[in-house]
Amino acid sequence: MSLRMPAPDPAVLSARAEVIKGLRRILENDGVIGDDESLIAYESDGLTAYRQLPLAVALPRTTQQVAQILRFCRERGVKVVARGAGTSLSGGALPLADGVILGLSRFNRVLDIDLENRVVVAQPGVTNLGITEAVKKHGFYYAPDPSSQIACSIGGNVAENSGGVHCLKYGLTTNNVLGVELVTMDGEILRLGGKTLDAPGYDLLGIINGSEGMLGVITEVTVRILPRPQHARAALLGFPSVEAAGQCVADIIGGGIVPAGMEMMDRLATLAAEEFLHVGYPLDVEAVLIVEADGIDAECDHVLALVNDIATKNGAVFSRLSNSEDERLRFWAGRKSAFPAVGRLSPDYYCMDGTIPRGRLAHVLQRMNEMSERYGLRVANVFHAGDGNLHPLILYNANEPGQLERAEAFGAEILRLCVEVGGVLTGEHGVGVEKRDLMPEMFSEIDLAQQMRVKCAFDPEGLLNPGKVFPQLHRCAELGRVHVHAGRVAHPELPRF
Amino acid sequence: MQTRFSAEQLRDPHLAASEKAIRTCVHCGFCNATCPTYALLGDELDGPRGRIMLMKDMLENQRTPSAETVKHIDRCLSCLSCKTTCPSGVDYMHLVDHSRAWIEQRYERPWIDRMLRGLLAGLLPYPRRFRFALAMGRLFSPLVGLLPNIGFLKSLRAMLELSRAPTGAVREGIIAAPTVRKARVAFLEGCAEPVLQPNIQQAATRLFARMGIEVVPAPGQGCCGALVHHLGKEARSLAFARANVDAWSRVIDDGGLDAIVITASGCGTSLKDYGFMLRNEPAYAARAAKVSTLARDVSEVLAAHELPAVTNPSGLIVAYHAACSLQHGQGVREAPRRLLTEAGFQLRDIAESHLCCGSAGVYNILQPDLAEALRERKQNALAAVAPQVVATGNIGCLTQLSRGKAPAPVVHTVELLDWATGGPEPEGLSRRT
Repeated sequence: MSLRMPAPDPAVLSARAEVIKGLRRILENDGVIGDDESLIAYESDGLTAYRQLPLAVALPRTTQQVAQILRFCRERGVKVVARGAGTSLSGGALPLADGVILGLSRFNRVLDIDLENRVVVAQPGVTNLGITEAVKKHGFYYAPDPSSQIACSIGGNVAENSGGVHCLKYGLTTNNVLGVELVTMDGEILRLGGKTLDAPGYDLLGIINGSEGMLGVITEVTVRILPRPQHARAALLGFPSVEAAGQCVADIIGGGIVPAGMEMMDRLATLAAEEFLHVGYPLDVEAVLIVEADGIDAECDHVLALVNDIATKNGAVFSRLSNSEDERLRFWAGRKSAFPAVGRLSPDYYCMDGTIPRGRLAHVLQRMNEMSERYGLRVANVFHAGDGNLHPLILYNANEPGQLERAEAFGAEILRLCVEVGGVLTGEHGVGVEKRDLMPEMFSEIDLAQQMRVKCAFDPEGLLNPGKVFPQLHRCAELGRVHVHAGRVAHPELPRF
Repeated sequence: MQTRFSAEQLRDPHLAASEKAIRTCVHCGFCNATCPTYALLGDELDGPRGRIMLMKDMLENQRTPSAETVKHIDRCLSCLSCKTTCPSGVDYMHLVDHSRAWIEQRYERPWIDRMLRGLLAGLLPYPRRFRFALAMGRLFSPLVGLLPNIGFLKSLRAMLELSRAPTGAVREGIIAAPTVRKARVAFLEGCAEPVLQPNIQQAATRLFARMGIEVVPAPGQGCCGALVHHLGKEARSLAFARANVDAWSRVIDDGGLDAIVITASGCGTSLKDYGFMLRNEPAYAARAAKVSTLARDVSEVLAAHELPAVTNPSGLIVAYHAACSLQHGQGVREAPRRLLTEAGFQLRDIAESHLCCGSAGVYNILQPDLAEALRERKQNALAAVAPQVVATGNIGCLTQLSRGKAPAPVVHTVELLDWATGGPEPEGLSRRT
């Protein structure tokens, strides 16, 4: 692996047995994994290009246990990487050799369904879909729907500020989370926000969303739920070129229409999804667009008629409306399984996540095609077209020496291109390790230092998920902030000015 | 996902097949979401994705696995819910089958574990021995309550409880000659089902007779081999498979067969896999593949023809429990539901219908704690729809769901279909009411 991670602390490595013993004491022997043969199951998340066996894995069941583990690790200088369902595509839960994986998979209960306030309180290990399932019978749902919603956890969604196909209309995770319970590295249990739309004081909740496990460990999440729209229908459109589909997207948005979801797949991605689910996607087109309208019946019809006109004007050669709820869900099911379904076409893929101004789509696609030829690697494209979020999947074969490195270089070039055309490095997968070293493409040293100061305020020793997001590890004292804990100045050996 | 098998390793067809399965996995984690043991235990090691990593490590390094690794692979129910969920199409079934055989050959289990597994493998596949064992078990079953509910004794308790299940009379050879012959089929007569519930194949036979489907005997057949297969006893499972292929080939050569009908879906998954299991044996490969293409769950055969007129529409509220072997192993999901609706039953959908009931062959004996937790979870889901009867297509589920707090009598789908179209009321129903 060509990725550099912080050098492991030899003192922690040599104290491994004691760390494991300490964790076992806290968890009463239930849920501590310490042998290498078992730890292999935790060596990566959804980004398998980077792997590392952790020091140990701890699977607590209660917030108190989380607090005890964090306190214990802080005392011993042990790093901690929180992990939800391990579906991150940016390596957010990539372990550290001298770090404990704190798995929240056993926090899997919905705690409170409060229909009067239209909120659900859930433990962080509950899956995204699990929240919708819990309130379905009452006619409600949780709007953000990442494609991995069947498996990804709500805690992980908050940590990565996940999006989804319906975020175009309903917002990302950050727009749908009202409160969290969070444990800081020194074992303090904080509650931020609540059941209302705004809480007094600073919007600390705002910095927790998308904080990638660097500020604290989330142990409870309160989300907004919405009543299911009366109707939802989706149009399946096929275009002879990706550019035509891209122009159609731009025209729809430019026409003042905000569909509930608008997603594009190119031929390769469509093929993979079709092979898995037999949705009925057209296979003789270069791009498939799924556009959904929701609301009252007349609104759906009106919006979809407008969409259909725009599509025809842009040369759509295939058009089908969902005729039943079952069919609508199948349109989406194919799209939502498109990433892993690409596993049918290639043993490995590297999933990118850049965002660009919608109007530059055709240009970016053309440049990506050129790169694809130059690198000799195929690319399957899945886009949250409506909000300009691209997911090029670079197909490679990890068993062939050199291919991963080529895929990495290809990916980096795509993301640089995104920034170049006025976009950003990430849409919804987080920075993790995947885009870490590209952060300077987008942020100046001053910007990055400012972001790091926020982390230092929560975690002055840098024990929570270090090596992610920031391309360079600075010790907090180097950032000019003097943190005094229990009367002691951290890093007294560092010169101060 | 990257693998590190040597060229020499890949010359072994078993390793080559497993390598291909592992290569297909992209580590997305979707499978964990529908895995029963991950739902219960919340540990990556107890979900398919983690197990794939354990198996990869074991096979790649030609390792004799540790007790920990064996524990987590043993906990897999082989329910194949992950197979349904997997978007990239990982062949988990053959990977875990191969790993079980690998473990059986290399890992020395504690003696008590070996004894238990040997006992199960030596009894259950043989109807006469099983019947005798059940009779013995019944003698001792009053002692169940006296056994401490720990460790191995828990498994023993589960076995003795199984012996409390009612058994039917010894079944006569199945022969029915309808007047109009629409199809000619043979049953997989099976091992445990005819001992525990001979009424199931009797009901299917009556139903077939009404539909003009001729049932012919296929002497020489035995257990399908699934039970020993899932215990990793590969040689024995292949021996069962060969004997069965021989038996059905004789019937195929003598008058042809339109289908080999399976009334216990667990066995059906196994039969449909004979082609793969015997693919490397020139003497059997082609005939085994033929048997696999003819293998049909009874609901598939019924759905392919027209049901007889419904003469006795009971209108009972039925909760259908989809056996994993049927819904995940064979991908048969709609046929039983449609047939029950057509036969005038009120079908109720249950929550978490993808989850296993914990039966899973002899899993309920080998892993009693997890099996019980899954049974209770399933029974709660069933109870929530307040059914008057529960229908399922597998003897294992039927026995499992009849234990403990069963919300309603549990019968085989064909028993209900037979009843609705002129057959007798299912014994399971009358016993309870």
